[in-house]
Amino acid sequence: MTAMGSLILRTATRLLLPLLLLFSLFVLLRGHDEPGGGFIAGLVGATGFALYLFAFDAERTRSLMGVDPRLLLGLGLFAATVSGLPGTLLGHAFYTSLWWTPTLPLLGEVKLSTPLLFDIGVYLVVLGSVMTIVLALAGAEEKAEETTWNR
Amino acid sequence: MSLEVALPIIIPFLAGSLSLVFYRAPLVQRWLGVAGTGALLLASIVLLYRTYTDPDQVLSIAMGGWPAPYGIVLVSDLLGAIMTVLAGIMGFATAVYSLPTISRDHEAFGYYPLMHLLLAGVCGAFLTGDVFNLYVWVEVLLVASFALLILGGERAQMEGAIKYVALNLLSSILLLVAVGLTYGMTGTLNMADLVGRFAAMENQGLVTVVAMLFMVSFGIKAAAFPLFFWLPAAYHTPPVAVSALFAGLLTKVGVYALFRFFSLLFTQDVGYTHEILLWGAGFTMITGVLGAAAQYEFRRILSFHIVSQIGYMIMGLALFSPLALVGGVFYIMHHIIVKANLFLVSGVVYFLRGSYELKHIGGLWRTHPWLGLLFLIPALSLAGVPPLSGFFGKYIIIRAGVEQESWGIVAVALVVGLLTLYSMIKIWAEAFWKAQPEEHEERARAFEAAVSGKRLTLMVLPIGALAAITVFIGLGAQPIYELAYAAAEQMRDPQIYVNAVLGDTQ
Repeated sequence: MTAMGSLILRTATRLLLPLLLLFSLFVLLRGHDEPGGGFIAGLVGATGFALYLFAFDAERTRSLMGVDPRLLLGLGLFAATVSGLPGTLLGHAFYTSLWWTPTLPLLGEVKLSTPLLFDIGVYLVVLGSVMTIVLALAGAEEKAEETTWNR
Repeated sequence: MSLEVALPIIIPFLAGSLSLVFYRAPLVQRWLGVAGTGALLLASIVLLYRTYTDPDQVLSIAMGGWPAPYGIVLVSDLLGAIMTVLAGIMGFATAVYSLPTISRDHEAFGYYPLMHLLLAGVCGAFLTGDVFNLYVWVEVLLVASFALLILGGERAQMEGAIKYVALNLLSSILLLVAVGLTYGMTGTLNMADLVGRFAAMENQGLVTVVAMLFMVSFGIKAAAFPLFFWLPAAYHTPPVAVSALFAGLLTKVGVYALFRFFSLLFTQDVGYTHEILLWGAGFTMITGVLGAAAQYEFRRILSFHIVSQIGYMIMGLALFSPLALVGGVFYIMHHIIVKANLFLVSGVVYFLRGSYELKHIGGLWRTHPWLGLLFLIPALSLAGVPPLSGFFGKYIIIRAGVEQESWGIVAVALVVGLLTLYSMIKIWAEAFWKAQPEEHEERARAFEAAVSGKRLTLMVLPIGALAAITVFIGLGAQPIYELAYAAAEQMRDPQIYVNAVLGDTQ
């Protein structure tokens, strides 16, 4: 996490980050019947931000993310828990999956479901927890570096 | 629809995730703590009521609508429901107690979300009907407890946490191995399904091997002899509310799992497995109580007494007569309330005197007689003085021992009861009876002056409520006994559980 990170890494990161985030959404959405899903997608997304962290520093990564990763963690956990409830309102067991396929203009038929909400929750939890850990570690390291320089 | 079986797990998850969302607003988190655990308590009481009034006295739901034995089932029989209610009581009491005692720093590090996560794990472990799912819940509560244990990051906490983490990971690995072997042998992990599969196994020796793996694993988690030393090394280090929650619930998950596995699944070779449990129970009692006798730190004494009390519960399971099981269940109910309450009292003593070291404190009877009374109720109950709850718990278990003529374990239980009384009197004499030592007077004054009346009231409220429950269990022992009796009846007859879970699919 030095300020002198290589130019190639920084330039590449600027290009890779949006690609990685898009790819993570792709993996998230294709996940129900095909390989993919919230967990792996969350890891891919976190990789993008972690790469940015290596190229720049913790402060800039935080402002790039815009929200505290802990908030993502909480929202994700909440979404995943709540996704079990709609089924119970219809008299099914907890976590019974419900499907809803409306036809939207432009997009065509869209498959919405409670498992999708669950997967989005998992995505947010994974992204939030990985980024909480990585940012905390990077922050501690940067602080340690500063103090050694100041000595 | 039997959502009520899942509610004790859903509620802490919702409360926990919401308190994470409001990580910047401690006030919201505090209220979520009280409201969430209050809702949990209500939901668990409703669950116990529904379970008790159910014709089978077992409720079971298949998560996601996948039927047993293929999907994961949540099962609430009387034992599970009773444990859930106890978890609800403990959660609510510690949430209220946390309001005045948990510092802003601890709140900022996520105390409340972790507390909810811990409760979710505990309730999940009590209610699941699937062996692997049990492992997962145990991991959930362990992860939360690791984080709670080192909250604040003091040196002593780290030292305790390393022992705690190392031994509990060992136990988890053993548990996972046992789960894997079980699946390999039987092809199922549904507890109800396993009952028949184990009975039909040709090689019963293998079943006993797996049983022993489960026993060692849960034994470590229950802090039974010989692998108990992680408990006294760790429990006196975190904030008091955390200590109380741990003391009330964590080891009891291990005890609950032992009760569940060695009444439902592993009763093929009672002469072998339960004999080992009985020896373990005896040694657990003795080592725990002797360890406590040598200590002079308030919370360390209490920690060692958890170990010795675990021995009584396991003794109830090991004797495995109807009466002994009743005693075991009764003892768990009594113990969770009383032990957590003693930890809460130790916290008040700390806030009034500035130390947990008995040598440094004193004179509390003179200045706070009501606190002395609130200490004496759980302390004498722990020692088994009639008419408090501990007396009946001990009486039933020892009576069961006498009926089976297991004189050795009866003698151990009686002597350990006496030594428990000695430890409690030691705390009484040092902290309450003797005068405040002069060299520490200044510190004590400063601490006492810093505690406002409002904070003290909030601390004493849950203590008073738990003490009232202790007195109630003692004076109104009959309904509690009947509840424990019904739970023990179910444990004696696994077929009730099996039929309720598998139903028509058999």
